[in-house]
Amino acid sequence: MKHASVRLVAGVAGVLALVASLVVAAVGTAGTAGNQAQTAAKYPAPKVPNAAAIKKQYGGESITFIGDSVGGSHNRDVALAKQFTKDTGIKVKVVPHPAASDASYSQLARVFSSKSSSFDVAMIDVVWPGAFAPYLVDLKPKLGKEAKQHAQGIIQNDTIDGKLVAMPWFGDFGILYYRTDLLKKYGYTAPPKTWNQLFAMAKKIQDGEQPTNDKFNGFVFQGNSYEGLTCDALEWYQSAGAGGFIDNGKVTINNPKGARILTQFAAQIGKITPRDVTTYQEGEAHTAFVSGDAAFMRNWPYAYSIGQDPKSSKIVGKFSVTVLPHAGGKSVGTVGGWQLAVNKYSKHVDASIEFVRYMTSAPVQKFNAITNTNVPTIPAVARDKAVVKANPYLKPEIASVLRVTRPARDLKTHYNEGSKAIYQGINQILNGRSASSVLPGVESKLNRILR
Amino acid sequence: MLKRAPFYLLVLIVFVYALFPFAWALRCAFTPEGDLFSSPLQYVPSSPTLDNFKQAFQAEFFRKALLNSALVAGGVTILSLAIGSLAAFALGRFRFRGRSFVMYLMLSMTMFPSIAILGALYTMISGFGVGLFEFPKIYDTLWALLFTYLIFTLPFTIWVLTSFMEALPGDLEEAAYVDGATPFQVFYKVLLPLLLPGLVTTGLLAFIAAWNEYLFALSFIQDPDKYTVPLAITSFVGESGSAFQQPWGTIMAATIIITVPLVALVLIFQRYILAGLTAGAVKG
Amino acid sequence: MSTVATPARAPRRRRKSTKLKRRQTRLAWLLLVPSLAVVAFVALYPLGKTVFQSFTDEEFLALNPASWVGLENYKDLWNDTIFRDSIWTTIKFTVITVGFEFVLGLAIALIVNSSFKGRGLMRAVMLIPWAIPTVVAAQMWKSMLQSNGVISDAGVRLGILSEPHAWIADPSTALAAVCAVDIWKTTPFVALLLLAGLQVIPGDLYEAAEVDGANPLQQFWKITLPLLYPAIFVTLIFRTLDALRVFDVFYVFFGNRLGTQSMAIYAQSTIVGDGYVGYGAAISMAIFLIIAIFVVIYLTFQRVVMR
Repeated sequence: MKHASVRLVAGVAGVLALVASLVVAAVGTAGTAGNQAQTAAKYPAPKVPNAAAIKKQYGGESITFIGDSVGGSHNRDVALAKQFTKDTGIKVKVVPHPAASDASYSQLARVFSSKSSSFDVAMIDVVWPGAFAPYLVDLKPKLGKEAKQHAQGIIQNDTIDGKLVAMPWFGDFGILYYRTDLLKKYGYTAPPKTWNQLFAMAKKIQDGEQPTNDKFNGFVFQGNSYEGLTCDALEWYQSAGAGGFIDNGKVTINNPKGARILTQFAAQIGKITPRDVTTYQEGEAHTAFVSGDAAFMRNWPYAYSIGQDPKSSKIVGKFSVTVLPHAGGKSVGTVGGWQLAVNKYSKHVDASIEFVRYMTSAPVQKFNAITNTNVPTIPAVARDKAVVKANPYLKPEIASVLRVTRPARDLKTHYNEGSKAIYQGINQILNGRSASSVLPGVESKLNRILR
Repeated sequence: MLKRAPFYLLVLIVFVYALFPFAWALRCAFTPEGDLFSSPLQYVPSSPTLDNFKQAFQAEFFRKALLNSALVAGGVTILSLAIGSLAAFALGRFRFRGRSFVMYLMLSMTMFPSIAILGALYTMISGFGVGLFEFPKIYDTLWALLFTYLIFTLPFTIWVLTSFMEALPGDLEEAAYVDGATPFQVFYKVLLPLLLPGLVTTGLLAFIAAWNEYLFALSFIQDPDKYTVPLAITSFVGESGSAFQQPWGTIMAATIIITVPLVALVLIFQRYILAGLTAGAVKG
Repeated sequence: MSTVATPARAPRRRRKSTKLKRRQTRLAWLLLVPSLAVVAFVALYPLGKTVFQSFTDEEFLALNPASWVGLENYKDLWNDTIFRDSIWTTIKFTVITVGFEFVLGLAIALIVNSSFKGRGLMRAVMLIPWAIPTVVAAQMWKSMLQSNGVISDAGVRLGILSEPHAWIADPSTALAAVCAVDIWKTTPFVALLLLAGLQVIPGDLYEAAEVDGANPLQQFWKITLPLLYPAIFVTLIFRTLDALRVFDVFYVFFGNRLGTQSMAIYAQSTIVGDGYVGYGAAISMAIFLIIAIFVVIYLTFQRVVMR
């Protein structure tokens, strides 16, 4: 049985090799010395103002914070939490939330519906305050003054039935990325102002580039059947004066201007966009752009630092950002971002509010912006020179773009269902069905939910 | 038995079909981040790097996940085999009323989509009382996975082992009983050794199923220290820290890393899969 | 040869004393206690709760408690065209994947069962697709199947394709794409089970047949296949059950895209995304019933085949 013993030895060797490398890795230098760690070392976490008073009242309490996902963002949370504990004596356990947005939503929903106190503070997406409002503490009494510092659009978004259920933590908005080198190469002096201009420019650049790079496409965005499509499509609608899907409590998605802009976009699928842009989420879009395979991209600000990272990007220094084009209306950007909220069933509500006060304060927002390129929600911080230097998309001409919000306040606890009706319908239109056959169905679904 | 050339051609096709994606994963694991999706597509990385493997190994939550998954999968496998072989003994070697009912009861456990029972399971493991029973709170512990994974490993184990038990000759135990052996001795000394191929097969499949399970792990585990491998692999984020940037090279390196122990397990145990029922059945 | 679902052939003793029989039955139930305990603890409550919830209008985040609505969820389900589409998609997926996996798995099992150089390596290699976590495998395939991915690239280079194709986005190839991934991933499972079944067949049967002058094909039809029926049956039933409950690969490929939802995807998006726990429970019960129909079909077929 010589063969058998050879295989047996091979198998055991494989397992031993794995164990050995695990031990080596564990003992050896751990920790990822990425960009964040180095920047964070130079820029310390801000101290907690009024720490002594807080310590006297709440010192010794323990709270659980469901924060950002594993990795650089989690490390940022831990650094801030450590500083907070050091200054106030309130212990903070930082638990990263699942990376996928719907997994994060269902985790929170499950905890709320079982009335659990297993966490005290959580980060919630900008479209969730309406859904979770009944389970969150009203922050207006204690944080009303601080709330005035933040962008009022987001504060309004976070105010449900008069209660301020969440404090803005970071903002996000849709912007246009474009290749400066390609624009110059094909004789364009400025990025496009209207969608038609973008389509024309994308076509010309694509025709010129494809012979040498058959993977090149003019324009990439988020077209998959998911929440991100609602964000992109909202920008198309609002920039064409077609409303915001639901306006003043009425469903307006089925209107001629909206149908027209959707048809225009659908006509471009496979022509200046890859055919499978209807399966693209943020990741596929930014990968195509930073690999040099796209002239224009619609995405959130996060992609900027990836584009400038020589390890991942082939277009370092060759791109820039601006506001999205419009179609006869105004340039807009959909509001994204995260808020901090306190669980109604928490046993440490006041200590949690102090933590939220700290995390959403101006010095911490500046810290986040510089060390983790998070978009601040306090306009004064967004104007700070150091912050703008680290986040070029915060230049006034871009940051002042009109922000538009998804209809979360109208749809409340049924936001997911309503958004699903919207993005499923628009995805069908992008994949070839006519707007006139799809929009009425979406309209009636939304009407049924609002009833 | 079969003509040489077409046979080996078939073997080659099977090899390519099974291995091509894995070969692609290998290629991605050794490719630096920026070159992954470059055009033209590099089939062999022009500047191969060990960076991705380093990143994977250095992630503490990943290393812990390997250990956690090994514990959970190993525990579930042992439990399933132990409980399942006892059940298979009863269902495969005895006739009694209710036998079919039990078989179908086991099967029905796998007839519900996981999402259907997720909510109720979540309530249970978060600790709640039903009548006189007080379930301990095992949310966010590996015990939660150990017990809930039995839902899908046990029925399958029982059915396969029962099928093997029935395939054994009918009068096998007679001689042993005549000699005065207890049922347990019959089980342990006579039946179990003959069941080895079945035990190893179901054990391997149960282990891999538990190792790769994602939905329950995502719902019942919160602390990164207790992440299992599928959770850990989907948690890698790139340099930017944004959840949108998945470091594909690192993820592929991690995939290679976790496949190695599984393949090693197969290599170690495969001789037992092939042990025949009677001497002379071993094809070599 | 014994079958699975019907009682085992009794040992030779024709007349058992009832005392012995009762003792044996008691022993059998005793042996079943651990399994039944697992069922009771881990499965009974969740399944019972699902049944109960399907008769209520419970919602995840609703403020008012759930109330009994009787059969209303089921009535709505009957008229739910999206659910009907998902049933059809899932059945198509199941038939295609189980069919291919069975044929391929049997072929691979036969190959590995015979003696040739390199079968050891083959045995380890064949398990690799099964060993990779489904979420990772699905993402891997998704990126390979994009129009700028390696499959289109290789296809164009080898001349098989005229231009890169968006396998997942194009509705006409979407189902084929997701089936291809599942077949790749799960054939090893089928092959391993069938291999175990093949190993149990005594070698002297083949020797005797060869002496009688039977060729390999006749040996396969008259010896291998009949003796393999129990293993085939178990494998097919569990593969079908898994295929009808498919979730992971559909989720990674399509998310919530209309027209390519499996039943489990629709259940998930209803319960977790929309928060309709009661309606979602009714969907789960419907899925259970549909799966039960398939089980009954298998059992009937098996009874017929076993003569």
